[in-house]
Amino acid sequence: MNPVNYLYLAALLFAIGATGVLIRRNMIVVFMCIELMLNACNLAFVAFSRLHGNLDGQIIAFFTMVVAAAEVVVGLAIIVSLFRSRHSASVDDASLMKL
Amino acid sequence: MTSVAAYTTSTGEAFQFWVLGTVAVIGALSTILMRRAVHSALCLAGTMIILAVFYLANGAYFLGIVQVVVYTGAIMMLFLFVVMLVGVTAADSLKETLRGQRWLAALCGLGFAVLLFAGIGNAAVTDFNGLAKANEGGNVEGLAALIFTKYVFAFEITGALLITATVGAMVLTHRERTERAKTQRERAEQRVREGKHLPPLPAPGVYARHNAVDIAGLLPDGTPAELTVNGTLRERGQIRDVSHEALADLRALEQRSADRLERPDLRRTDIGREGEGTGERAGRTEEASK
Amino acid sequence: MEKLIALLVAAPLLGAAVLLCGGRLLDRVGHWLGTLLAAASFAVAVVLFTDMLGKDAEDRSLHQHLFRWIPVEGFQADVAFQLDQLSMTFVLLITSVGTLIHLYSVGYMEHDERRRRFFGYLNLFLAAMLLLVLADNYLLLYVGWEGVGLASYLLIGFWQHKPSAATAAKKAFLVNRVGDMGLSIAIMLMFTTFGTFAFGPVLGAAEETGEGKLTAIGLMLLLAACGKSAQVPLQSWLGDAMEGPTPVSALIHAATMVTAGVYLIVRSGEIFNAAPDAQLAVTVVGAVTLLFGAIVGCAKDDIKKALAGSTMSQIGYMILAAGLGPIGYVFAIMHLVTHGFFKAGLFLGAGSVMHGMNDEVDMRKYGGLRKYMPVTFVTFGLGYLAIIGFPGLSGFFSKDKIIEAAFAKGGAEGWILGSVALLGAAITAYYMTRVMLLTFFGEERWRHRATASPEEPGAEPAAETRGGPGGHAEPHPHESPASMTIPMVLLAVGSVFAGGFFSIGDRFVHWLEPVTHHDHGDSPLSAATVTGATVVVLVVGVTLAWFQYGRRPVPVVAPRGSLLTRAARRDLLQDDFNHVVLVRGGEHLTRSLVYVDHTLVDGVVNGTAASVGGLSGRLRKLQNGYARSYAVSMFGGVAVLIAATLLMRAV
Repeated sequence: MNPVNYLYLAALLFAIGATGVLIRRNMIVVFMCIELMLNACNLAFVAFSRLHGNLDGQIIAFFTMVVAAAEVVVGLAIIVSLFRSRHSASVDDASLMKL
Repeated sequence: MTSVAAYTTSTGEAFQFWVLGTVAVIGALSTILMRRAVHSALCLAGTMIILAVFYLANGAYFLGIVQVVVYTGAIMMLFLFVVMLVGVTAADSLKETLRGQRWLAALCGLGFAVLLFAGIGNAAVTDFNGLAKANEGGNVEGLAALIFTKYVFAFEITGALLITATVGAMVLTHRERTERAKTQRERAEQRVREGKHLPPLPAPGVYARHNAVDIAGLLPDGTPAELTVNGTLRERGQIRDVSHEALADLRALEQRSADRLERPDLRRTDIGREGEGTGERAGRTEEASK
Repeated sequence: MEKLIALLVAAPLLGAAVLLCGGRLLDRVGHWLGTLLAAASFAVAVVLFTDMLGKDAEDRSLHQHLFRWIPVEGFQADVAFQLDQLSMTFVLLITSVGTLIHLYSVGYMEHDERRRRFFGYLNLFLAAMLLLVLADNYLLLYVGWEGVGLASYLLIGFWQHKPSAATAAKKAFLVNRVGDMGLSIAIMLMFTTFGTFAFGPVLGAAEETGEGKLTAIGLMLLLAACGKSAQVPLQSWLGDAMEGPTPVSALIHAATMVTAGVYLIVRSGEIFNAAPDAQLAVTVVGAVTLLFGAIVGCAKDDIKKALAGSTMSQIGYMILAAGLGPIGYVFAIMHLVTHGFFKAGLFLGAGSVMHGMNDEVDMRKYGGLRKYMPVTFVTFGLGYLAIIGFPGLSGFFSKDKIIEAAFAKGGAEGWILGSVALLGAAITAYYMTRVMLLTFFGEERWRHRATASPEEPGAEPAAETRGGPGGHAEPHPHESPASMTIPMVLLAVGSVFAGGFFSIGDRFVHWLEPVTHHDHGDSPLSAATVTGATVVVLVVGVTLAWFQYGRRPVPVVAPRGSLLTRAARRDLLQDDFNHVVLVRGGEHLTRSLVYVDHTLVDGVVNGTAASVGGLSGRLRKLQNGYARSYAVSMFGGVAVLIAATLLMRAV
C-alpha cells in the first residue's frame, strides 16, 4: 500500500468536517467539525513528512496542534459567553447581521 | 523498530489502514450526523485516537502521543465540559431552517472531496522516502533539534499565542460586576418584603426510609412536598415519588386498627373515596410487606 | 513725448477712481475735479498733437510700452499704447468734446445729489474710450471696449430709480454683449491665425493670409462694430439709451461710444481690404442703417429719439464709408469728427431746450422757442445746418465726400450705394428740418398747457427746480446758464468751421494718409455733379419738411399716420422683431430643453437610481445574516478557486 492513501483519507475527513460545519447548527458541534478538519490536515502533514523523508511536516502538525489548542480555548470561551447572554448555542440565533 | 516501520508499507500496516481508516470515516460521519453533542464529541474522540495510531504508523511517535494526550485527553475533555455546561441533554432538531442549505453543503463537501482527490491523484507520488534517516537519532530528538533551531521563532510566537489565548479566554468568560453586591441583611429584608419563603428550605428525604436528594419529603397528610427537592431536579422532572407507599402504609395501619376496633363503616367509606388507584397500591404494599 | 501717452488715459481714470472712491467729501468740488482732469487730458492731447505736427508724416507714430500684462509662452499681451494720426484724431475729438460735455454737465446736473458719481462715470467713460483708441493691440482694445460698455451701462441707467432707465441700461448692456462676443471671437481667430493680436504684426500679415480666415475675422469685427455703433441688426439699444441724462446721450453719440465701431473697422482696414466679402457686408450694413435711422428719425416726436435716429443714420454713413476701403476710410473719420461736433452741439441744444421746457421731450409741445432761447437757437441752428450738409459747413464737406466715394466704388454697387447715400441726405434734411421747425418756429404750442414728462415728472433734475411740486405748471422757456451755453457755442464753432478747415487743401486726407492710405477711385460722376446733386436733394428735403410742418400749424397730438410712419414710431418694429425671433425663440428653446431635461436626463438619472435600488433589493436577499449561508458561499468559492488552479495546472 502506498502512503498516499493517508492523503486520500485526510481529504475525505476534511470534506466531511467541512460539510459538518455547514450543516450543523450547534456551535459546539460546528467547532468539533473544525477540529476534525484540523486533524485531517495534520494527518496530511504527517503523511507528507513520511513521503518527503524529513521532519518538517511533523513540526507543522505540531504547531497546528498548539494553535488549535489556543483556538479551542478562545472559541469555547466565546461559546460560553454567548450561551450565557442568549441562552442558546445555535449558530442561526446569532444572526444580528441580518437586515 | 523505527527504521522498519518507516521504510515500507507492510501488509500489516495496509490491513491496519483499511480497518482503522474505515472506522475513522465512520466516526467522522457520526460526528456530523449524531443529534446529541455528547455523542458527536465521543465519536470525534474515537476518530482522533485512530488518527493517533496513524501518526504512530507514519513514524511520528511524538505527535501520536501528543495527539492522544493533548487532543483526545485535553481538548476533547474541554469540549465535553462545555457540552455539559450548555446542556448535555439538548438535542439538535434535524429540521433544516435554511432553504437549500443542506443540499448546498453536501454538494460543496462532495465537490471538494472530488477536487482534493483529483489534486492528489495528479500529484504523482508513486515512491516515497520514508523517515528512517530522519528518525535515526530518535523522533523526539529530531523534532527538538528542528523546533529549537530552525523553527525557534515560530515556537516562541506560538508560546505567546497560547498565553494570549489564555488571557483572552479569561477575559471573555469573566463577568464584571456592575453593581455593589447586596449584603446579607439587604437580601433578608428583600425576601421579607417580597413575601418569599423565609426560613431555610425543608430537607429532602423521608425520615427512616429514604435519604436521597431526589426524594421529596412528605407533608403530614402523606403527599410529597416539592419544595424539599432541588430546583434543577424539579425542572428536569427527576423527582422520585414515594408518597404512594407511605399512603398505602398508612391505610394498612388504619385498616388493622379498624379491624381490631370493629369499625367496618370507616373502611367502606375510605375505599369509596379513594377510587380505583387504591387497589393497585394495596397490592404493592402486600408485596413489599412480604 | 511717449511718456505722455499714458497720461491721456491716466488723468480721467484717476478722476474716476477719486470720485467714485472719494466719498461725500468730494461732493462740493467733485464735478470741477472731473472736468479739470478731462481738460488735463485734453491739454496733454494738444501737447502731443503739436509735437506730432512738428514731425514728418511717416514717423509721427508714437509707441509706449508700459508693462507686460499676460506673459504666457506664445500668448504675450502687453499694456502698450500706440499714438498715430488716427488715434490722435480720436483722442482730440474725445477729449475736447468730452471736456465740453463735462462743462455742460456741471450746469445740467447741478441739482442732482449724485452729481459726483455722475462725473466719476463720465471720467470712466472717457478713460475707457481713450484706452480703446490708444491700445496697440486688440486685447487691450477689448479692455477699453468693455470699459466703454460698462460706463455706458452705468450712465444710461444713472437714474436707475426709473424702471425705464434701468431697463434701457440693461438692454444696452445685453445688446452690446452680442457685439462683444464678436470682438472676442475675432481676437481668438486672430490669435490662432497670426499667433498674436498686436496691431502691427496682424495688420502687416493680413496681405498674405487666406481670404476665408480674414473674411471670418472681418465679419466678427463687423458684428462687434454693429453692437457698439448701433448698426442694424444690433441697433435697438440706441433709442432706449435716451433714458440717460442728456449729456450722456451727447457723449455716447458724439465722442465716445458709437464711434468705437467705426474706429475698429478703420483700424482693421488692412483685414477688410484683403476680404472683399466682409467689406461688402460692411457697406450693406452701413447703407441699411443709414436709411433705417433716417426713417426712424422722421417719425419720432421725442426730440432726443429723433436725434438718436439721426445718429444711427450718420454712423451708417461712416460705416458705409469705412466699407468702401481706402477710398472711404479718411472720409469716414472726417465725417466722424465733424459729426462729433455738430451732434454734440445738437444734443446739448436739445438738453438746453428740455432744461427750459420743464423736461418736456415731445417736440409737438414746443414751438416758437427761438425768441426765448436765442443762444440755444443759434447754436442748434448751426448744428442743424451742418448736419443737413448746408454748403460751407462741416457736414457739407464730409458727407459730400462720402457720397462721392460711394459713387467712386464703381459699377452697379457704386451706383446703388451712391443713390442710397443721396437718398439718406434728402431724408436727413427732411427730418432735421422737421425737428428745427417743430422746436423753434411755428406757434407756441406750450402755452396754456401743463407740460411734464409723460411718465415720471421731475426725473430730469432740471425740472425739479422750477414748476413747483410735480412740475405740472406752464413752462417758462428761458436761456440756460453760461456753463451750458459756452460748450454749445464752442461746438457750434466746430460744426461750422471744422469741415472747411479739414477739406481745404485736403489737410485731413494728408494727415491720415500714412495710417489709412487713400485712394481716389474712379467716380463715374464728377465731384461737381455730386455736390450739385447733394445740394438739390438737400433743398428738396428741406422744402418737403417746410411744406409739411412750416406752412400750417402742427397738431399737438400726433396724427395716426401711414403704416410706415407708425412702424417708424416703433423703431421700425425692431423690438417686436427681437421679441418674436429671439425672446419667443429662446422661450421655446428653453421650454423644449426643460422638457428634455425632465424626461430624458432625469429619466436616465432616476432610472439608474431605481434600477440600482431594485437590484440592491434583490441582492439584499442574499445577505440573510446566517453565518452558515456565508460559510457555504465561502466554501463554494474556495472550491471554485481550487478547481481553477487545478484546471490551470492541467492546461
